[in-house]
Amino acid sequence: MRPYTPDDHQTRTTLEAFADTIIPGEKRSPDDRAVAGAATGGGAVAAGAIELLEWDATGITDGLDDFARGLNEHAAAHAAERGAALDETVPPFVALPFADRTALVRRLTAPGHPEKALWVSLALFCNMAYDSAAHMHTADAIAAGHPGLTAMGVTAPDADGLWRFPAYSYGRPLADLHPDTTSTGSPA
Amino acid sequence: MNSVERTDVLVVGTGFGGAITAYHLAAGGARVVMLERGPWLATEEFEHDFKLGSSYTRIFDFVVGDGMSVLGGNCVGGGSVVYFAAMPRAPRFVFERRGSIARRMWPAAISRDTLDPWYDRVAESIPITRQDWQDVSYAGGLWAAACQHAGRTANPVPAAVDTAKCTNCNWMMAGCRFEAKQSLLLNYLPAALAHGAEVRPLHEVQSISRTEDGDYRVHYQLVDGEDYRVTTGSGTIEAKIIVLAAGAAATPVILQRSEAALGPMPHAVGRYFSGNGERLNTAVLNEDRVRDLLGLDRGDGLAYAANQIGKGPTVANWDRLDGSLPEYSRYSLEQLYFPPGLGTILALTAGAEPTWFGVDKKEMLERWRSWLIIFQMIEDDNEGVFGPPPERGNADRLSQQMLGIGRLSYKPTANTLAAWAMADADVKDILERDGLATVSPWTNDLVGAYTVHPLASCRIGDDPHTSALDDRHELRGHPGIFVTDGSAVPGALTVNPAMTISALAERAVPGIVKAARERGVEVTYGAPAPDGSTSGRRGTAALATALLR
Repeated sequence: MRPYTPDDHQTRTTLEAFADTIIPGEKRSPDDRAVAGAATGGGAVAAGAIELLEWDATGITDGLDDFARGLNEHAAAHAAERGAALDETVPPFVALPFADRTALVRRLTAPGHPEKALWVSLALFCNMAYDSAAHMHTADAIAAGHPGLTAMGVTAPDADGLWRFPAYSYGRPLADLHPDTTSTGSPA
Repeated sequence: MNSVERTDVLVVGTGFGGAITAYHLAAGGARVVMLERGPWLATEEFEHDFKLGSSYTRIFDFVVGDGMSVLGGNCVGGGSVVYFAAMPRAPRFVFERRGSIARRMWPAAISRDTLDPWYDRVAESIPITRQDWQDVSYAGGLWAAACQHAGRTANPVPAAVDTAKCTNCNWMMAGCRFEAKQSLLLNYLPAALAHGAEVRPLHEVQSISRTEDGDYRVHYQLVDGEDYRVTTGSGTIEAKIIVLAAGAAATPVILQRSEAALGPMPHAVGRYFSGNGERLNTAVLNEDRVRDLLGLDRGDGLAYAANQIGKGPTVANWDRLDGSLPEYSRYSLEQLYFPPGLGTILALTAGAEPTWFGVDKKEMLERWRSWLIIFQMIEDDNEGVFGPPPERGNADRLSQQMLGIGRLSYKPTANTLAAWAMADADVKDILERDGLATVSPWTNDLVGAYTVHPLASCRIGDDPHTSALDDRHELRGHPGIFVTDGSAVPGALTVNPAMTISALAERAVPGIVKAARERGVEVTYGAPAPDGSTSGRRGTAALATALLR
């Protein structure tokens, strides 16, 4: 993974704000600006969205600065359309209230938007950080209390790292079979 | 070294269409080389891990198109390694479909009756379990009980799973660690190898050209084993016969790219693509209702909460598989598991303003254990068309593995949209009845529609204008090139297609043997099943003789 450097700060907070719009979480500290605090518990940021985006295996790492710049340009335009003044001490997308971040992401990912594919791919990895911790071994993520896998209730594997469910079936007939079922169990 | 590599038969792809034909041709005495773009993993390499770079991302590809995205196998064994192993036969009416061409789509020679003996051959070669209620997962049982509650029927789905070995881990898409799934790695492929066939992984075929003596030359690139965006070399192999089985999202692309060298391709190459009419719905169950209305109880205090447990699809509703109903109103509704990673982002929240992200979506994810995914397979209109090929392979690869941008365009017609709407309403009717669940379809707005069963992009038929292959799977105008994968299937099947793709591949073999013999290859037809069983061979003997003529 590429090391984090202070020069990346603007990019990083902007991408955090985007990830937090996809799967929102609670603020990490009272002065957290990137995470809006729209939901309780950890969201995509706490789940490791930035770590995943910064891993070159995703194929979008080289474009992260451009993603952030583009998001901020769209955010500034979005605010200007509404005549809203933005706090200039943070990047424009970070300065947007959560509802406006959401409205903007909806617009950028809607069918017909010329940059839709870019924003969908960014959202895909933010979602993936939360729902599957794709930057970590799944068993390690569960053991570490990964916010997404924990919230979803993904169970831990056996000691050898493999999942087995000895109890898996209600074990009784639960519906009438289709009358035309053939002897192989296929439809006629 | 300057020598040219030659073989009798070059097979592109190692999934159902490649492994089945390679086995029979090798067993019959032909020299067979199989080229596979993906890696070759052993059982112990199939991992239970969502981390990028694990088997989960190494062995399948997700290709995003314009209006349709395709999930397909990318490893030795192809789709059989990553699929959910549902192996139903296609219902009788499917073979009479007319689809978008206002006449029968299938060749006159093929009907359910004439295909049944070939289905039998497959069933003898790939052990298929007619699952019992004891084998049905909680999710399948829940779907069955909901269907019963709504006055419908429900069937356990025949599957290529050894239920005695299955741990119900639901990691089928990462490859089966327990050798419960009866993938081609356990039957046709080892049998092909035993008869001398060679399998070369990480060889991505790009195009085909002609040699001076009238044979074919296949051009491939070597793909890096970890970063599929990187190629490490290239080469060619000459062969008298080519069997293309790269999958319905790749076979037409190879042929398009070959057009400059081989001459014009049939009009239907890269057209008439079908996503098998697939669409997914996510239900979020009310656990109290599951217990009270359906009387379900796991015995551990839980009514359901078992989305994670199972073995893919185990129960389907087939009430609409009725040949007396009009085309585009027949479909099956199958319970399915879709793992996180790709299986949640497209799910929409229920309610007035459905959304795939944000606060409501997070709350929906917190109820993930109570999700039930229903897979619709309707009759679509073969509306997919491939644009000009990308630089290599069938996609511009974005990530090191798995994710790429392809050239498929799919604009659903009114017929397809109406069929999806009808199936959506049916799922809602069954699962929202008496407050059992809330149901939403997956959004088509992000990556278009979504199929795990690409079909028909280079299909068989009797009409040269609407089919790329004749009824023996030979590419029109290019004798000696055969296509035996899902792209040969004429259209949507209303059920999972692996069994039909396999039966068609079995049926194609006599014709390929005949063509090989005409080109001087010493090969005979008539191998038994990979384990030596012979009753399937007896069942197809008369049909095979006709195809050998």
